[in-house]
Amino acid sequence: MKITFKRKKKLTLKQKNAWFGVLFASPLIFGMIMLFILPLIQSLRYSLSSIQLVEGGFSVDYEGFSNYTSLFTSNPDYPRSLAESIAAMAVNVPLILVFGLFAAVLLNQKFRGRPFARAVFFLPVILASSVIANLDIGSFVGSGTLSSGGGEAESNLLQSFELKRMMLESGISPIFVDYLTGAVDRIYEIISSSGVQILIFLAGLQSIPPSLYEAAKIEGATGYESFWKVTFPMMSPLILTNTVYSIIDSFSNSPINKLVSETAFKVFDFGLSAAMSWVYFLSVALILAVSVGLISRKVFYYD
Amino acid sequence: MSSKTAYTDLFVSRYQPLEKGKRWAWVLIRTVLVVGFCFIILFPLFQRLSIAFRSKADIYDPTVLWIPRNFTLDNLRIAIETTNYFEALSNTALISASTTLIQLVSCALAAYAFARLQFRGSGLLFGLVIFTIIVPPQTIMIPLYLTYRYFDLFGLVGLFTGKDSLNLIDTFWPFILSSSTAMGLKNGLYIYIFRQFFRGIPKEIGEAALVDGAGVFRTFLRIVVPNAVPAIVTVLLFSFVWQWNDSYYVSLFLKQVKVLSTSLMDMGMGLREPDPVYTSMLLNTGVLLAIAPLILMYLFVQRYFVESVERTGIVG
Repeated sequence: MKITFKRKKKLTLKQKNAWFGVLFASPLIFGMIMLFILPLIQSLRYSLSSIQLVEGGFSVDYEGFSNYTSLFTSNPDYPRSLAESIAAMAVNVPLILVFGLFAAVLLNQKFRGRPFARAVFFLPVILASSVIANLDIGSFVGSGTLSSGGGEAESNLLQSFELKRMMLESGISPIFVDYLTGAVDRIYEIISSSGVQILIFLAGLQSIPPSLYEAAKIEGATGYESFWKVTFPMMSPLILTNTVYSIIDSFSNSPINKLVSETAFKVFDFGLSAAMSWVYFLSVALILAVSVGLISRKVFYYD
Repeated sequence: MSSKTAYTDLFVSRYQPLEKGKRWAWVLIRTVLVVGFCFIILFPLFQRLSIAFRSKADIYDPTVLWIPRNFTLDNLRIAIETTNYFEALSNTALISASTTLIQLVSCALAAYAFARLQFRGSGLLFGLVIFTIIVPPQTIMIPLYLTYRYFDLFGLVGLFTGKDSLNLIDTFWPFILSSSTAMGLKNGLYIYIFRQFFRGIPKEIGEAALVDGAGVFRTFLRIVVPNAVPAIVTVLLFSFVWQWNDSYYVSLFLKQVKVLSTSLMDMGMGLREPDPVYTSMLLNTGVLLAIAPLILMYLFVQRYFVESVERTGIVG
């Protein structure tokens, strides 16, 4: 009698918790349906039709895949800006990851002025915004005879020119050299878009147990070795997280977003804009799936 | 001879010049790198600051490097006038502060449900939350716009007001609605951060609270929330800053009402200044004005923020 009573009691506690869970999540559930799933379905429907604004609402006429075909056959801007966005992503994401990990390792060491350095490194998280990026003043002002901006850009060019010559002479392949010197030229862009990644890596570095480093040191590992044998494997799950974040982030600042918005609210071709965004979404999803699939094979999980 | 080698041996074993040299070399390289990166980040900011106080005469003067020769506040005045600064500032502050607080509550509640109060289908729902991070906001842009333009909650609005639908564009309702249902800007990420953190709080604490007679709400408010301060700080700062800088949602939902990011975008048009260099100078001042409150805020909270993020366990 007692046992059955107990069991019943336990079950109700769990059920009660589940009901509280539904209650806690109810705003999310409501929003998920109203503001995400239904709009997603509608957007798919719009992309397959043409939309006319009429009095007191709008009418939707089914047209099949004509929006999609016209995107790639008659639209002059779309394929180009999609390709540009993907290319920019492919160039930037590896650089951001490498720089982010490097900066996090740097900021994790103890040195004088570390709080200040950390505060400065996270400043881009605050300042990175599409508005500020769109209004890149430095280039404009610098192109006048203004000294500071122009002078900086010039010296930058000169530096990477020297670097280029040096690396080409030492026999590194030209594609690789162009990539690296390009990275040096765009260092501000890379630093300013890797703030969140540095944060995530730094949080990860803090969670590596120090005993692992001690063991490595006793075994005679140098700092270089303990980075590749301890830090890097322990950070690999975060590299995956950061890859996903960087890919999404780099797409969220790409010119294609502007094109989609303009097609909708300047040209008022809602159907075409929806089709654009779906092709865009599917390509992002494809790239994410491929890169996650590739990286997650190498990821090392400690526990 | 032998004494000389003995001396060098002694010297090496006592002072270890190679090890020390290596360490000092690394310290040197590290210092150069850190200082260099800090310079790259801070340089544009100082440049903006210096340009903001220059008068028109200083633009074409190559001898003016950092300190303006003809110090002026005209740029500030023109920028404040053309952007309608104080109105835009109060709108931005209102939107950012209200959405930040509301979505903090809604995201934390949902994340607690995912972490500790699992129900049937909560795994699937969490998968959907992650899915919202991946889907570009442009994909649901038009239906979302139309939802708010012809807002009609299952016909309820029509029932009570007698009108067909409500027009919520140019009000703050879209922001309040989306943040109270945890569907605002990057809310999937906040739910993820909170869930990871709540999972890290030992279950035993909650069980002890239960034994002592605390209900679910009480456990959440008295036990879980005070322990989750680092996560709360992180989410507060991120959501405030991202909402402040956001130009996508505000330009979608607010056509007449001006906030800082949209008024900056229109500022170039409103200036009617023939000289493009001077225009860009004024724009620069506008950008500085827009981010100044954020930088001021960051000066005060940055120490706490950096410490919090480290303990947030975004890592999992």
